[in-house]
Amino acid sequence: MNQAAATLTPGFAQPVQDAQRVFRAVLEAMARPLQPQALAVPLTPPAPLTAEAGGVVLTLCDEQTPLWVDPQLHRHHEVTAWLGFHTGAPLVAAAAEALFCLASSPDAVPPFEDLSPGTDQEPHRSTTLIVQAEQTGSRQRLRGTGPGIREALDWDGHGMTEQFRTARAEHAGGFPRGVDVLITGRGTVTGLPRTTVLEPTGPDTAAEGGA
Amino acid sequence: MLAEPRIVYNEGYLDEQTKRVVRRALLKGIAIPGFQVPFASREVPMPRGWGTGGVQVTASVIGPDDLLKVIDQGADDTTNAVSIRQFFERVAGSESTTRTDEATVIQTRHRIPETPLAEGQILVYQVPIPEPLRFLEPRETETRRLHALEEYGLMYVKLFEDISRYGHIAKTYDYPVMVNGRYVMAPSPVPSFDNPKMHMNPALQLFGAGREKRIYAVPPYTSVESLGFEDFPFEPQQFDQPCQICGSSGVYLDEVVTDDAGGAMYVCSDTDHCTRAASAVGFRASRTRGEWDFPATGTGTEGAVQ
Ligand SMILES: [Zn+2]
Repeated sequence: MNQAAATLTPGFAQPVQDAQRVFRAVLEAMARPLQPQALAVPLTPPAPLTAEAGGVVLTLCDEQTPLWVDPQLHRHHEVTAWLGFHTGAPLVAAAAEALFCLASSPDAVPPFEDLSPGTDQEPHRSTTLIVQAEQTGSRQRLRGTGPGIREALDWDGHGMTEQFRTARAEHAGGFPRGVDVLITGRGTVTGLPRTTVLEPTGPDTAAEGGA
Repeated sequence: MLAEPRIVYNEGYLDEQTKRVVRRALLKGIAIPGFQVPFASREVPMPRGWGTGGVQVTASVIGPDDLLKVIDQGADDTTNAVSIRQFFERVAGSESTTRTDEATVIQTRHRIPETPLAEGQILVYQVPIPEPLRFLEPRETETRRLHALEEYGLMYVKLFEDISRYGHIAKTYDYPVMVNGRYVMAPSPVPSFDNPKMHMNPALQLFGAGREKRIYAVPPYTSVESLGFEDFPFEPQQFDQPCQICGSSGVYLDEVVTDDAGGAMYVCSDTDHCTRAASAVGFRASRTRGEWDFPATGTGTEGAVQ
């Protein structure tokens, strides 16, 4: 363990203050869905884990939070070793058993039916999905409404797939049950709690430059 | 160029493990507006009157970049409010303010400030009893089931009994609200005067109940409706007169006893609002205790909100 630990890149340099700053960004992100919050994380986790996603996991996960990572991340032993060493979170093979699921890209998001939406009595015991996503790829034309959003917000999907949106919408009927999503980008984190309703307002704009 | 913290942040106080528990509960609370998230943490020793729930929530969100305001019944200068502010200056390196418009985090007991809150601000409520159905149904398993089924008939029956008996709803504080059209929530013992401020507020509202270990939240721009009936809609308390110090009307007033003969005056419960409103209209009077020309004891708030 010590030998393995010696080869790992460090966690937060200032654990208390770094975790507090990351948490405030995540808190704002969840409270103001679809609005990217600045997230500067002084971390160098092993690739392909990003500093932003790594920082969110370090801030929220510990021995009490079963963690699932996608197969791509799982193949990188340094990633799982780094997460295990710095958080103590038990890695689980089934996404349904995890409180936190970490996807290295929008394509690596597990099927929604594999995630835990909680129960009507315990809707808080549900998956929080953390997705590394660059604001590139297919751009969607979406309009988001719900708590935390004043009237409505236009959203381009932040690189998330159309399939993700439709799968999420299909599972959206069960409120208060539901899955909450944190999308990390370069220097940002964006929240997509279960309460946010996303509706397409037009065709994908891959070929257009529209806002 | 941050100054060195004066003492180690979390020694003998809220450890990182407890903060993570509270933080996870806060995120789920925001994702499920009005739902009481249970959180398991060790007992956190706190001086009496501090409201461990509020302090734990504040401790889990606050950092050295924050400006903290603490109010107790609207006042920044009570012993509890001053102690809590000093505590966080010491352990979180945060700075303090009494100005509502400058604060980034406001911890409150029993009031919502008169000054409208803005985006980016966080209001932390100290909650003694988080369960609005508790006085109708003492069993935790049953209240949880009622919330899950959205079965709030009992609550309406109770409110309607008031109307039959008194001609109006008697409850004037901790008046139950419906959050985002789904969960009935206890707003903590704020006067019903303050209830309308919770609706579509641009700030994030967080609620911490320490003894019962419950956290709940109202995200910004979220519907918060006080329960009522078509024939008897909710009516917040009103005051017919303006504050006798600053002249503000439409604010929550405390009765302050001014002499032994039972004389009294009505003044803002929100000391920050009163001070600034008074200086804006050129009043010399200061709300700083000790400078009043009448005894600043017995603010009468307890009587006013019962
Ligand atoms: Zn006044």
